[in-house]
Amino acid sequence: MAPYASPDRAAAPPGVARRALARLARALGGGNVADRGYALVVLAAALVLPVLFGFIIVRVGAAAWPAVRAFGAGFLTSTAWDPVAGRFGALPFVVGTLASSLLALAVAFPLALGLSIFLTELAPRWLAVPVAFATDLLAAIPSVVYGLWGIFVLVPWLRVHVEQPVVARFGDAVPLLAGPAYGVSIFAAGVLLALMIVPFIAAVSREVLTAVPRTQREAALALGATRWETTWKSVLPFALPGIVGAAILGLGRALGETMAVTMVIGNRPEVPRSIFHPGYTLASVLANEFAEASGDLYLASLMAIGFILLGVTVVVNALARLLVWYVARRGRAA
Amino acid sequence: MSADAARATRRRILSATMLALTGVAAVATIIPLLLILSHLLRMGIGALDLAFFTHLPAPPGEVGGGVANAIVGSAIMVGLAALIGLPTAIGAGLFLAERDGSRLATAVRFVADVMNGIPSIVVGIFVWAWIVVAMQRFSALAGGVALAIMLLPMVARTTEEMVRLVPRELGEGGIALGLTRWRTTLGIVLPAARSGILTGVLVSLARIAGETAPLLFTALGNNFWQLRVDRPTAALPLQIFQYAISPYEDWHRQAWAGALVLIAIVLAVSIAARLLIRSPFQER
Repeated sequence: MAPYASPDRAAAPPGVARRALARLARALGGGNVADRGYALVVLAAALVLPVLFGFIIVRVGAAAWPAVRAFGAGFLTSTAWDPVAGRFGALPFVVGTLASSLLALAVAFPLALGLSIFLTELAPRWLAVPVAFATDLLAAIPSVVYGLWGIFVLVPWLRVHVEQPVVARFGDAVPLLAGPAYGVSIFAAGVLLALMIVPFIAAVSREVLTAVPRTQREAALALGATRWETTWKSVLPFALPGIVGAAILGLGRALGETMAVTMVIGNRPEVPRSIFHPGYTLASVLANEFAEASGDLYLASLMAIGFILLGVTVVVNALARLLVWYVARRGRAA
Repeated sequence: MSADAARATRRRILSATMLALTGVAAVATIIPLLLILSHLLRMGIGALDLAFFTHLPAPPGEVGGGVANAIVGSAIMVGLAALIGLPTAIGAGLFLAERDGSRLATAVRFVADVMNGIPSIVVGIFVWAWIVVAMQRFSALAGGVALAIMLLPMVARTTEEMVRLVPRELGEGGIALGLTRWRTTLGIVLPAARSGILTGVLVSLARIAGETAPLLFTALGNNFWQLRVDRPTAALPLQIFQYAISPYEDWHRQAWAGALVLIAIVLAVSIAARLLIRSPFQER
């Protein structure tokens, strides 16, 4: 501490403040001036992240405020979306977002879990490496390209081979499966989203499964368990919180996915009665209407939709990260 | 005895069945990739011609034209994003790796991971409210800032991971020889992690090059040449989107061509980054 406590500085800040200053100076890299400068620069760079994060929340929140003041909590439960009359409610978008994302998760999770078990527990290296590479490529395909393929290939195919047969068979009995099948629908968006989040969930689950200590497998095998029993009863329980985290991360991705969904969901601002009906999501109403929003309340309402999306994805991602970290730490400790 | 044997057989069959199912899941994941790539090739190759790379977009309904301005616009905005985002991201990555274990590093790492999950469309409206409103116009600069915000947490985290792969002894050797800390970092640790960091940077740049949503209300798009960074600018993903949802046959054709070009860039970078550049400390 001695080098920093020069007489004139020591006189100014008393007690606690001085100790804090000294601690900061030490943390910033000892006596060398250049070292202290370097430490300050990387510290500043690191602090950009939380500052920017806070700024995003404040800026979007402030822009959304007029809508919050005008509609209150009713914004979340109202189905009105009438820019001409100036009445706005987010329910159709909230429902569309949740329905398409949960559908996507239901399709993607079993596939991703199977894939990651295959890659970590079963496949030999010569097979695991190219398969893992291929799934990484899937994750690298831009959203707009998924959307293009969705419009011209997936949606027409689903309409003829899935939606129409299912509507014909079950449409009358099960309201959620009722027709008419337009093609563009919550269902099509869910399927496309599932394709997009499988590689993502699989990548995180793979990471989690790899973090499970070897001894966890060896112990089970030594007791005479088959490979599946080892995976199911020894590896998966250990990795469970992390795998749940991976699924939630995938859900977060799906909730915020914009371009591909906008291109296949139909963009109709009504609460859908059937998964085969067109819907709308928080992200896609932003994509479609933000540029042409005229009027302060219209704009603020769209900002409020952005703020809902931001809030939900932040909470979902924070929760998922905590779960994934928990497994990684436990793996290191074991 | 025979009951035991039957039980063992049942267990073996269950094991084989379930493991086979995981293989089925793997195949089911790969098939869409092959479908998408093959369809892109089929539709895209026929639509690609020289004009596509050298001409401006044709007016609605007319046949021909290209997306030269959008390709250049994308390059400008990715370049701006790299300029703005990379120094900060790499600095933050160094901080995270060097201060690993401190409470601040843990918090920043957490924030970076959460920011990675913020939807790109939200980044778009944030930059609109921040920069587009202040400048009173859409611009390549706003688009570049939006892409830089996407880039920042990605590159910070991969830089951190690559720096952490460098053996501690290397840095300690520098300190023991009497080098200052910053010389050790910039002269020894960073060069040792260089190829890994470069991989992360390339993959992240390829990813933001394919982003559409953050550009919708920042760069906006443009049907003409625009090289000034304070004016609305075209981008390849924006152009693909606009063409894809249009009613014109010839624009659909060009959307496929654009998607093929975009994916060729993204995949080439991903593959090159994976095959050519590897951290010497990464497990093979």
